[in-house]
Amino acid sequence: MNPFSYARVTTPPAAVAARTQQPGSYFLAGGTNLVDLLKRGVVVPEKLVDITRLPLTAIEATPTGLRIGALAKNSTVADHELVRRQFPLLSQALNAGASAQLRNMATVGGNMLQRTRCAYFYDTSLPCNKRVPVQAGPDKGQPNGPTGCGALGGYNRMHAIFGADAGVAAPKCIAVHPSDMCVALAALEATVVVVGPKGERRIAFRDFHRLPGDNPRQDTTLGADELITAVEVPANELAAHSTYLKVRDRASYAFALVSVAAGLQLEGTTIRQARLAMGGVAHKPWRLFEAEQFLRGKPATLATFQQAATLAMKGAKGYGENDFKLTLAPNSLVEALTLATTPA
Amino acid sequence: MRDESQPLPEPGQPDPSRRAFLKHSSALAALALTPPVALTAIDHSLDERLAAAFEQLPLQVRINGQAQQLSVEPRVTLLDLLREQLGLTGTKKGCDHGQCGACTVHVDGQRVNACLTLALTTEGREVTTIEGLGSEDKLHCMQEAFLRHDGFQCGYCTPGQIMSAVACVREGHADTPEQVREYMSGNICRCGAYANIVAAILDVKASGQKV
Repeated sequence: MNPFSYARVTTPPAAVAARTQQPGSYFLAGGTNLVDLLKRGVVVPEKLVDITRLPLTAIEATPTGLRIGALAKNSTVADHELVRRQFPLLSQALNAGASAQLRNMATVGGNMLQRTRCAYFYDTSLPCNKRVPVQAGPDKGQPNGPTGCGALGGYNRMHAIFGADAGVAAPKCIAVHPSDMCVALAALEATVVVVGPKGERRIAFRDFHRLPGDNPRQDTTLGADELITAVEVPANELAAHSTYLKVRDRASYAFALVSVAAGLQLEGTTIRQARLAMGGVAHKPWRLFEAEQFLRGKPATLATFQQAATLAMKGAKGYGENDFKLTLAPNSLVEALTLATTPA
Repeated sequence: MRDESQPLPEPGQPDPSRRAFLKHSSALAALALTPPVALTAIDHSLDERLAAAFEQLPLQVRINGQAQQLSVEPRVTLLDLLREQLGLTGTKKGCDHGQCGACTVHVDGQRVNACLTLALTTEGREVTTIEGLGSEDKLHCMQEAFLRHDGFQCGYCTPGQIMSAVACVREGHADTPEQVREYMSGNICRCGAYANIVAAILDVKASGQKV
């Protein structure tokens, strides 16, 4: 690990100022991903700005829903009474992620900013467009590796089936976003509250993470000098019929092959509203807008769910080892919808 | 390979610990196989001098009930601080990447991976390691349960398993075998003692003992 300096800040403006003054600095919160990246030489900071003492841990009801401080721990949020009652989808998704130890460390803001677990991204001897600027070109003696995408034509069993080729002639990166929590927050239409040198800004969750396009290095639309302070979840009518389904290689403590966050508002057996998002399939939490729209006003039956799943898979593309996701994803969606409509 | 100038331990006196023996014998074996350049570097303690040149920051933290005033380099993890600087080697380094749970300790009562915790972030916190759980005279009830149920084979993951198990019961996540398996999934045991580990945890939970 390269040496870096360390500063502890106690207010959000001080945190933003510290980062603005030294562009090579990084915020350190739970550290569960950043410390790992430091050890592997993927992130080489000049300075770490320890934000763990900022007063951003509150979880509180607001007139429009729930506000969760960016430094609330994943385990605290998952077990919080208001979250369990109003947003069981969020609680389930959080508890499906990582281990009890990591959930005790990881924060809500950090969870949103965690990097992909693509093996090519983590190994600095292998080509990766997410780690190294595409413009750098191959083998130019970059300090942390060559450009290119090792996963294209390589080991890509865990990789994306949606959105990698959006806006580009050929994909530059087929990595997936690893979070479970973010899949639930996408379906719950959360808002991310951030603060920067110019003050506060609010970002709709669907606009927070981005597709790789020409710039796979950039995971989110968060500015380099901005700090996440909270996430707001608007009240909804989905709590009674929501499910987070995570399909993975072992029963616990593994990243998703495919996950589905499904929330339905039912009137009798008719679907009034549907919210659907998938994890493990794209560079960002993958919202299924078309399938949601299709389900509105339809009966909650297996046949309807299957039609929705077919719609959801439009534009999906496999890259070899992950071709199985083209079948697993629609099947998981049907299963999640079935579970969401089954009385507990 | 013992130093002949030192007297043999008297009968009845404790033998040098297995750990001290391993340290000595492996260091000697390593020296015998090390090229001369590296030997010169070791001789002049070059790596220590390099480390000292890096920024050292003060750290006040309570470890196993004892207030510690330390000087720590920013890169040092809680795991390395415990093992290398404080000699608390009960906490194990397995993967060093938060994937195995061998380094599980409690910070302010919460179980965490010490390998992913930078030591400086524990300023003002209370850290409990396996050494602080019970005492040599009186083991913690979870330690006794692991012995009773044979919850280990090689023992390397055991301190982490026990720290995690104590937290699992305290959190209220030890009601059923399924729940214990789910909430202990961050602790990997390559010997495969899982069945006995689950039994030990459920036993402690069922006994109603204070953990």
